[in-house]
Amino acid sequence: MTDTSLARIRNFAIIAHIDHGKSTLADRLIQFCGGLADREMKEQVLDSMDIERERGITIKAQTVRLEYPAKDGVTYVLNLMDTPGHVDFAYEVSRSLAACEGSLLVVDASQGVEAQTLANVYQALDAGHEIVPILNKVDLPAAEPERVKQQIEDVIGLPADDAVMISAKTGLNIEGVLEAIVTRLPAPTGDETKPLQALLVDSWYDPYLGVVILVRVKQGRLRRNMRIRLMAKGTAHPVNDIGVFTPKMQPVDDLGPGEMGYITAAMKTVADCNVGDTITDDRAPATEQLPGFRPSIPVVWCGLFPTDADEFEKLRESLGKLRLNDSSFHFDPESSAALGFGFRCGFLGLLHLEIVQERLSREFDLDLIATAPSVVYKLTKNNGDEIELHNPADMPDPSLVKSIQEPWIKATIFVPDEYLGSILALCSERRGVQVDLTYVGNRAMAVYRLPLNEVVFDFYDRLKSISRGYASFDYAVDGYEEGDLVKISILVNNEPVDALSFMAHRSAADRRARSICEKLKDLIPRQLFKIPIQAAIGGKVIARETIGAMSKDVTAKCYGGDISRKRKLLDKQKEGKKRMRQFGKVEIPQSAFIAALKMDA
Amino acid sequence: MTETLALYIHWPFCASKCPYCDFNSHVRERVDGASYVAALRAELAHEATRAGRRPLASIFFGGGTPSLMPPEGVALLIEDARRLFDATADIEITLEANPTSVEIGRLRAFHAAGVNRISLGVQSLNAEALAFLGRRHDVGEAIAALEAARTIFPRVSFDLIYARPGQSLDSWRAELRQALALAADHLSLYQLTIEPGTQFATLFGRGAFTLPEGDAAAALYLATAEEAARFGLAPYEVSNYAKPGAESRHNLAYWRHGDYLGIGAGAHQRLTLGGRITASRRHRAPEEWRARVERDGHARTEEEALSAIDLAREVMLMGLRLTEGVDPAYLATRSGLTLAEATDPAMLVACMDEGYLHWTETGHLATTVEGLLRLDAMLPVLLR
Repeated sequence: MTDTSLARIRNFAIIAHIDHGKSTLADRLIQFCGGLADREMKEQVLDSMDIERERGITIKAQTVRLEYPAKDGVTYVLNLMDTPGHVDFAYEVSRSLAACEGSLLVVDASQGVEAQTLANVYQALDAGHEIVPILNKVDLPAAEPERVKQQIEDVIGLPADDAVMISAKTGLNIEGVLEAIVTRLPAPTGDETKPLQALLVDSWYDPYLGVVILVRVKQGRLRRNMRIRLMAKGTAHPVNDIGVFTPKMQPVDDLGPGEMGYITAAMKTVADCNVGDTITDDRAPATEQLPGFRPSIPVVWCGLFPTDADEFEKLRESLGKLRLNDSSFHFDPESSAALGFGFRCGFLGLLHLEIVQERLSREFDLDLIATAPSVVYKLTKNNGDEIELHNPADMPDPSLVKSIQEPWIKATIFVPDEYLGSILALCSERRGVQVDLTYVGNRAMAVYRLPLNEVVFDFYDRLKSISRGYASFDYAVDGYEEGDLVKISILVNNEPVDALSFMAHRSAADRRARSICEKLKDLIPRQLFKIPIQAAIGGKVIARETIGAMSKDVTAKCYGGDISRKRKLLDKQKEGKKRMRQFGKVEIPQSAFIAALKMDA
Repeated sequence: MTETLALYIHWPFCASKCPYCDFNSHVRERVDGASYVAALRAELAHEATRAGRRPLASIFFGGGTPSLMPPEGVALLIEDARRLFDATADIEITLEANPTSVEIGRLRAFHAAGVNRISLGVQSLNAEALAFLGRRHDVGEAIAALEAARTIFPRVSFDLIYARPGQSLDSWRAELRQALALAADHLSLYQLTIEPGTQFATLFGRGAFTLPEGDAAAALYLATAEEAARFGLAPYEVSNYAKPGAESRHNLAYWRHGDYLGIGAGAHQRLTLGGRITASRRHRAPEEWRARVERDGHARTEEEALSAIDLAREVMLMGLRLTEGVDPAYLATRSGLTLAEATDPAMLVACMDEGYLHWTETGHLATTVEGLLRLDAMLPVLLR
């Protein structure tokens, strides 16, 4: 098995929009090649986490080695690479694609090309892939294969005449897909006599095995008991185990050029295994790393606080456990007057943030409060110092700041014609700059440059609601630009609430400031004293609301038989005040801040 | 052991349960009045021995419906109390009565028994409202009862319930003026409150009716004081209005956190015993209460010596209901805590600044009208 000649290997990825059938096709391919007995098959074999299966999002890359006896009489080894499926993981996707020579582009024959498909296709083209278009769900009455083929040619510029027509659900023409892989995708190249160069595609933490590393051997041979070196990281480890996924883990003695598999090397945390690193032989190292490595950098930050202050330690432990398996997310302790002790956490993007939050609540049973997501600003101070701002609360006094740069993105939006107008209005309201606008049939593709700041603030929800869920959206980070940005502080009873402060463009400052003041006015219950709610830039108040004092709250009857009850009620109220946050003479229930943050998210 | 005492005697029975009432009242097909009176007398004698001889400034027969008591029983209890304690010359003896014709017929007998103040549960002068409130009397009976009471008793008070569903400011003003014209020297005017466990709580929870709240409730409250003032009645407690000197001395004992002895099913008390101020209550169910009295001489179920902070809270939460406010010297004597120890000084200042609290001419800390309106919100903020 391990002396597979290069000509008999094909390494491929599957590119598809969510719901267009990637996982189902993968299941069918595994089944066809007998990788799993029928009784072992469950839906979406490759998506191992609940969250992946439910949301149809792949978080970790995975491979499956299939053996396919082709019509030419040769049995081929096909390595299916399941890549992470979202732009937040664009870098991880690029490394997964770099491990393959070709891709299957799966498009729903009734839905057509979506924004996410497009971004991934471009990445595959960048990786030098041969691409085979596949039209899925052709058996459905709404299927329009001819129109979708035309769309693939128009939008992607890919010949689609010989697209493979399938139904992954019914298993129609799965063999056609396998034949196309064998005949149309190139075999890998490599020289097993050269020093070892293997790409670290991904890694994950397994409670029994420690860290499992997914590799693609490019040059040389990776053997059991070899001492490997991670070239970028600069550390060396003995290989304990080596194998392939069928999709079950199956040990092998070695992996040669063109092959994919896993190794374990007694590593305790994935933080040691940077995606894209080059693995070489510590005794006979390669002289050069594989191209394309970069460390992952969080793009979006937010504060995470336990609703119950007693759960702080549990949160710390849970974050630590998650990080065992996800080195791309960062966390540092943080404290807030309004929300208590928590962590400032960095994520690759909004989806990544959502996934981590959801895993914390689902797998660790934590009830969390998240502050509004913030991007990373680059500040230049008057004295020339440059700082990166992850948290609006840390913004220096504006008079000390010379300029602020903010990250921009290039967004691709696919939307049915009838919603285009509102989508364009949304983009320009969010300071978007149109780059391109093309029509494909009755769908429009709008390409915009947008400040990421404007996108983390409820952009995606608005997009979905304006288009009734029909718009699809994808983005790639596209550099930094100077912007007229201000920090808006929220003051409750004249005291700043750090957890509610945020950065905004000056043009949007008034609108956003008014909106949050109004929200707080609705959320904070009236109490004994009137409470001014203000939004301010520096010392200048730009929006104000006042929560009036309650008009009447007094027990009508209170006689000798009522005193004990009244006193006990008072004891309870005093106890309840411990869950309130004091702002001068007024106390705000923490639940009001939580609600304000939830509405913002 | 010479604290002046107020004596409360509870009659736990009613002819029917009113839908708003959460008092300890019970409807029984037949009540053995004589036996209950005997048990009340037994408990009174037992508790008097324990409390020791003291000046007695007031007796209050409450309920339930004490006007359903046998008048001779009332006479015996008053006689006992006068014998067991040193009644002050101006002792105030109040009995609560419902204005049905049956009970009106007994007013003279109650007066003869020693009652010198009557408090009538009129509740409304509006026929529809009386039906809604589940009362057994009509407007005519209420007015007749008031007129009869005025000729028999030197002091007459009555209760009204307002801020009822759909009640407008104007209609309440009109009803209240009509009531004020009936020339009582004291009125208890309560905003309708939905108490848990009552029939109204069920109906209200179901959305069967709504009540004036917030600004509307505040406006009704302020209008009430305004109308009462035209007839020379001033508010002296959240819901109580009186001509000068006509304040209920018995109820003032509660609000001033004096000693009071409570006899009968479910009655509460605050009593100085051996230098400690104790709080206790009695068994609520009338039958069980009687059985315990017959067995033990009393039916107290729990008794605790109140801590300084508990006492301070009680003195403040009751005293701030009064327009006269709290005397800091009395607070210190009663609880052992000074005003500065009993309150959060920063909040005290804030409440002063906001115009919720003020110092009276006599140096008491008192609520303003604005403060009184928000007293329940102020207490947890102000008190330690």
